[in-house]
Amino acid sequence: MKDSRRSFLKIAGVSALGLTAASNAHAIGEYFIPSEKAIKDQKVSTADRWGMVIDTRKLNHETNKKMMEACHVTHNVPTLPEKYKKQEIKWVWEEEYSNAFTEIHNEFQSEEAEHAPILTLCNQCENPPCVQACPTKATFKRADGIVLMDFHRCIGCRFCMAACPYGSRSFNFQDPRNGLEDGKPTNPQFPTRTKGVVEKCNFCAERLAVGKIPACVEVSEGALVFGDLSDENSEIRKVLKENYTIRRKASLGTGPSVFYIV
Amino acid sequence: MLEKALSGSRNYWLWLAGLMAVIAVAFMGYLQQWEFGLGITGMSRDVSWGFYIAQFTFLVGVAAGGVMLVLPYYLHDYKAFGRITILGEFLAVASVVMCLLFILADLGQPTRAMNVIFNATPHSMLFWDALVLNGYLILNIVIGWKLLEAERNAVPAPKWVKTLIYISIPWAFGIHTVTAFLYSGLPGRGYWLTAVLAPRFLASAFAAGPSFLILLCFIVRKVTKFDPGIKAMQTLMKIITYALIANVFFFLCEVFTVFYSKIPSHMAHLNYLFFGHGDKAALVPFMWTSMFLMFSAIGFLVVPKIRNNEKYMPFLCIMVFIGTWIDKGMGMIAGGFVPNAMHSYTEYTPTPLEILITVGVYATGFLVLTILFKIATKVKEEVNA
Amino acid sequence: MSDKGKIVVGVAIFAALVSFPFWYNTGTAKPAPELIIAPEAKAAGACVLPKDQMAKEHMQLLDGWRNSVVREGQRVYVAESGKQYAMSLSNGCLECHTNKADFCDKCHEYASVNPYCWDCHVNPKEK
Repeated sequence: MKDSRRSFLKIAGVSALGLTAASNAHAIGEYFIPSEKAIKDQKVSTADRWGMVIDTRKLNHETNKKMMEACHVTHNVPTLPEKYKKQEIKWVWEEEYSNAFTEIHNEFQSEEAEHAPILTLCNQCENPPCVQACPTKATFKRADGIVLMDFHRCIGCRFCMAACPYGSRSFNFQDPRNGLEDGKPTNPQFPTRTKGVVEKCNFCAERLAVGKIPACVEVSEGALVFGDLSDENSEIRKVLKENYTIRRKASLGTGPSVFYIV
Repeated sequence: MLEKALSGSRNYWLWLAGLMAVIAVAFMGYLQQWEFGLGITGMSRDVSWGFYIAQFTFLVGVAAGGVMLVLPYYLHDYKAFGRITILGEFLAVASVVMCLLFILADLGQPTRAMNVIFNATPHSMLFWDALVLNGYLILNIVIGWKLLEAERNAVPAPKWVKTLIYISIPWAFGIHTVTAFLYSGLPGRGYWLTAVLAPRFLASAFAAGPSFLILLCFIVRKVTKFDPGIKAMQTLMKIITYALIANVFFFLCEVFTVFYSKIPSHMAHLNYLFFGHGDKAALVPFMWTSMFLMFSAIGFLVVPKIRNNEKYMPFLCIMVFIGTWIDKGMGMIAGGFVPNAMHSYTEYTPTPLEILITVGVYATGFLVLTILFKIATKVKEEVNA
Repeated sequence: MSDKGKIVVGVAIFAALVSFPFWYNTGTAKPAPELIIAPEAKAAGACVLPKDQMAKEHMQLLDGWRNSVVREGQRVYVAESGKQYAMSLSNGCLECHTNKADFCDKCHEYASVNPYCWDCHVNPKEK
């Protein structure tokens, strides 16, 4: 009697598990969109490795602010109340030279150079530690070199934030709409994010897809040059050849795609 | 055997009711976090992991610590541990349950947790951590249960259980190694970027886990008729002694490498932790307390007369436990994030709500632990009677 | 068996709890909401897939789209007819279906589903 009850419970348990799994199976598989049905926009800008050169000689607080604003308005980046300053969201922001270039910190520099306002953003690394750390591939590197976030997939573990050596990542500690006027996005064409996911600069992937250049570059008045690093004849390669540039923490081997003329 | 948990003294039920009350209150706190997001915690852009992940890291150690009973008994046939390996296994179960709950509490989108499996990513250490932790949980539940069942029925346990036990031994080392790899493989974090991190984690685990186990043995002896045996406890004290010395030794190796090489990005964290940075010195008293506890505990532990004396044992164990908890819990996680990648200093202090949720997870762990220990000791009492 | 009484009571309580949604909602059934097609959608004539299929499978389609757009960078959908559509909730679907409240929300509410699409995506037409 005892044995048969036990085996009945076992069988019942296993069948229940099986039924649940079977009824959920369809929900797990992705709905397949065949490749001939999904294509790129004809106006798309393509590259093998997108990159940026920032001419720090042309940076000042005002132009920096303009570029930051252009980015944040385009991407619905919220401005949280002062109380949550430590949890703010930044895609592109300003750091003093000594903070941006912690490894290239020289003695006897002029006060001006030491505190020069450097524009910092995601370096779109060739070898991104955040992608390696992400347990769900919510952060991934595209064929064109852009390190992108899939907000649908992010579980908010913040491993990528620990992995990023540049502090380029922000976490939505609350609903970002709390920091947007009336909870409305500044750019309705672009989504806001939900609370609990990580975000960062996307090199304006959504603008490149329709043939536009990144929003910050557009308003940079020549301080930023954007282009394909793998194309020898591109303007960005020309600028790199003609100027001495440095990269942030290049010694870590992450291969930043953002270069700085100093 | 579960029915054994359903009968107990008035104090047993009071204790369970108390734990449930704490869990209920903490759960309300969690609902607030669920509603608003992790903004209710003291974490920030710069210190993006805090109290939850600190407890998680520490408790993986406690879980792994159970192997210090299993290994001597099964690999070296050390008989004195035979009576209590089950306690080590059940402690591991409760600890891993807490670990998983802490991870869940720390996720920004907990409902998407299964993405780690659906989008399995072998190059992420977190994927492996999820695998080994869940594996260790299952291993210990099955092993503990089967061994206890066999003991109750006075028959030898099935052969395959032994195989599982042999697997569980390296697995215990594995869970804490993988947990250390979460941190030690990140290029920009000087405090964690050291190969000695995994060994150090293991050493502190083998001090913290057994010291907690000894404290539990004292409680078991007091509230049940089952005696874990003084000899087993004394041997555990010896293990704690070696492990704690190893932990402190690894720490000093780290201190030497960092301060002799004088690489600023590596020195900055230790300097912040032990001396503070200007007025930013929240962790300084804790770190020195931890050092004081661990060093003085070693001083006492190396004297056999003291460590073998039942009167001093609980105090020594509390010293070791708190010392390693501060060292690995608070210092290890916050210390790795301060200063941040831009070498600026943002401090971290947990908020009351964050502490409440943490207490709630601990209460859940203790609930699981109480029930499992109740079953185990009840079976032992019956068998011995 | 001396526990017969306890077992019966236990089973009764269990049955009552399990069937709670049924008896709790008894008599509150409402007719399915009528689908209101916005004039812009009517003018377009056809959707990306036949109407039936859209009704049944739009969620899977959108799930596929978001992977295609975000992960592959392919943002244009070519329908059977050869017509091209932007694979975008805000800038595609809602271009025609301008009446989100009537077209999406009503039915989702009726079916008691709460898609989190709208936590991030917005109806650009909504002021």
